Amino acid sequence: MNSRIAMAACLALLAAGCQGSGPQASPPDLSGTYDTATITPLQRPEIYGDKLTLSAQEAKAIAAEAAARIAENSADSDPNRAAPPEGGDGNEALGAGSVGGYNLFWIDPGEEATDIDGEFRTSIIVSPANGRRPQLTAAGREWQASRRALYRPNTGKAWWVSETDLPHGPYDGPETLSLAERCLLGFGSTAGPPMLPVLYNNHKRIVQTEDHVLILAEMIHDARVVRMNAEHRPANMRFWLGDAVGRWEGDTLVVETTNFSARPALRGADENLKVTERFQRQPDGSLRYRFTVEDPTIWTQAWSGEYSWKPTTEKVFEYACHEGNYSMEGILKGARQLEADADQAGESNPGGASE
Amino acid sequence: MVTLGRGRLGRRAGLLLASLLIAVHAAAEDYRAPRLPGTALPDLNGVWQALGAAHYNLEPHSASASLQLREGPHGPIPAIETLHLGSVAAVPASLGAVVGGEIPYLPAARARAQDNRRHWAARDPEVKCYLPGVPRATYMPYPLQIVQGKDALMIAYEYAGAVREVFLDDPGEAPVDSWMGWSAGRYEGDTLVVEVTGQNGESWLDRAGNQASATLKVTERYTPMSPWHLMYEATLEDPAVFSRPWTIRMPLYRRIGDDAQLLEFKCVEFVEELMYGQWRREPLPRTLPAAGPEETP
Repeated sequence: MNSRIAMAACLALLAAGCQGSGPQASPPDLSGTYDTATITPLQRPEIYGDKLTLSAQEAKAIAAEAAARIAENSADSDPNRAAPPEGGDGNEALGAGSVGGYNLFWIDPGEEATDIDGEFRTSIIVSPANGRRPQLTAAGREWQASRRALYRPNTGKAWWVSETDLPHGPYDGPETLSLAERCLLGFGSTAGPPMLPVLYNNHKRIVQTEDHVLILAEMIHDARVVRMNAEHRPANMRFWLGDAVGRWEGDTLVVETTNFSARPALRGADENLKVTERFQRQPDGSLRYRFTVEDPTIWTQAWSGEYSWKPTTEKVFEYACHEGNYSMEGILKGARQLEADADQAGESNPGGASE
Repeated sequence: MVTLGRGRLGRRAGLLLASLLIAVHAAAEDYRAPRLPGTALPDLNGVWQALGAAHYNLEPHSASASLQLREGPHGPIPAIETLHLGSVAAVPASLGAVVGGEIPYLPAARARAQDNRRHWAARDPEVKCYLPGVPRATYMPYPLQIVQGKDALMIAYEYAGAVREVFLDDPGEAPVDSWMGWSAGRYEGDTLVVEVTGQNGESWLDRAGNQASATLKVTERYTPMSPWHLMYEATLEDPAVFSRPWTIRMPLYRRIGDDAQLLEFKCVEFVEELMYGQWRREPLPRTLPAAGPEETP
């Protein structure tokens, strides 16, 4: 619609030499289904320093390591293995919570480092040069500390009942759980923005029209509808996925997202977050996905990253999260049970943490 | 007493609706939609919304006091679940959208629908912000957006952020049941025809408890009838529930200007107190004090 209006305006102004500023040749069609899984981490492991790319040999070794891990995890379990130790095995990886979580059957985090222009990457973040998120502001550090205070390894006990300086307990009610546990947004900023690779359900579906680009994140069926050449909504309107407005810069789709709620998908960010994304088709059919994150209340400088979205012939299936969220009831009831246990054992602080 | 809309009024309204729609349909037949740029396909892109009150009840119905009723001394009164919402929880009248006026239920299925309605608040998946299924998603009181590319088509719904892809190449059978089903689309002239199977049978068809089962097959037809209207038809076949296929028909209206966009309605957050509030560490009151609402702070 907007391009049609632009064309009409241009025709009206033809005499005034409008040709140069008129509509460009039609932009490339980015429609497709993409698999964004990659084992390249968001933040660069510190051993790499400022080194952005991996040698072919290093990339091969990392992929071989991933393949070996998959093979090892795909082997049959030993039916004669011993029971896990009382109180759990201490493994907190992949949400195991010390009592066993996902094995590789359930996850699909990719098997290769991401490659850009034929070079494999050590991290998704490219700026700052060390490939790591920049320093937090004072407010950012405060946020981080408050989150850390609420999360501890699972000991099977209501440790929080004896803490007096917490604003609230970690499992007091639905609002104190993570957005993913609440089925509000997928974890790890999978729908973002920025849209980052996660443990599983990494498919993205793009359908493009003249005026809109729909980008569907598989996890929790989050569809971002990007309005092309539009204005942002009023500043007091806030959205979990933000307000996404797009434009074409040559062959690149640029999407600027603002108007976030107080707790966006991107860990640590707040309502002042602004994300600028760039989508560009590559000769091999993949999309080069670049993003810049600005949130001056949380980070002392902007940070940017990029990785490849690989085309796939797979279909995106429905991810209905809330409809099957029996865990919310289980988590809250479990916490109430642990609190009752603590109460009985006389471990509660009578003052307690209050909401 | 509680069931309304199946008597003479219902049948007469149904006939009236059918004749009105036939007249509108005839006028629309001459209309040819603009082409999707670069294709010979009709351009269906836009933000569309059903109007009226068929989402309360697809069958013709008079206005009534509440979404959920109970027996009063002189006729139906609002159930306690909706009592304090007063006229906000009342049901506006509607001619419905069923061609012929009445859903051809098998007797047991009609009884289940009536039972659903008596337990509306506890059972309607919309109350819990569950995905709405098809065709209900189309005529809920929220807009939907058709995003139609050259060889791909998706429909995004404002309600609950529901979304579905309409596969334009044969996707085969649904790999497993889902809330929004498995949609296979094709163009017949200027009509987009979508066959939806693989729904899980949990969805309702409206707020009146009408419900099919997991063997439901829906054939939808989206036909441009003016620059501002799509005619929406859905034929429902489910031998476990209905004695014959039946059709609903209603126009979808184009939203224009600044209103031509989906806003975010992630209602999961809004039902957390309802669904999980009793398991808070410090539960909050869940019923009004016996003295009545005017006494509450």
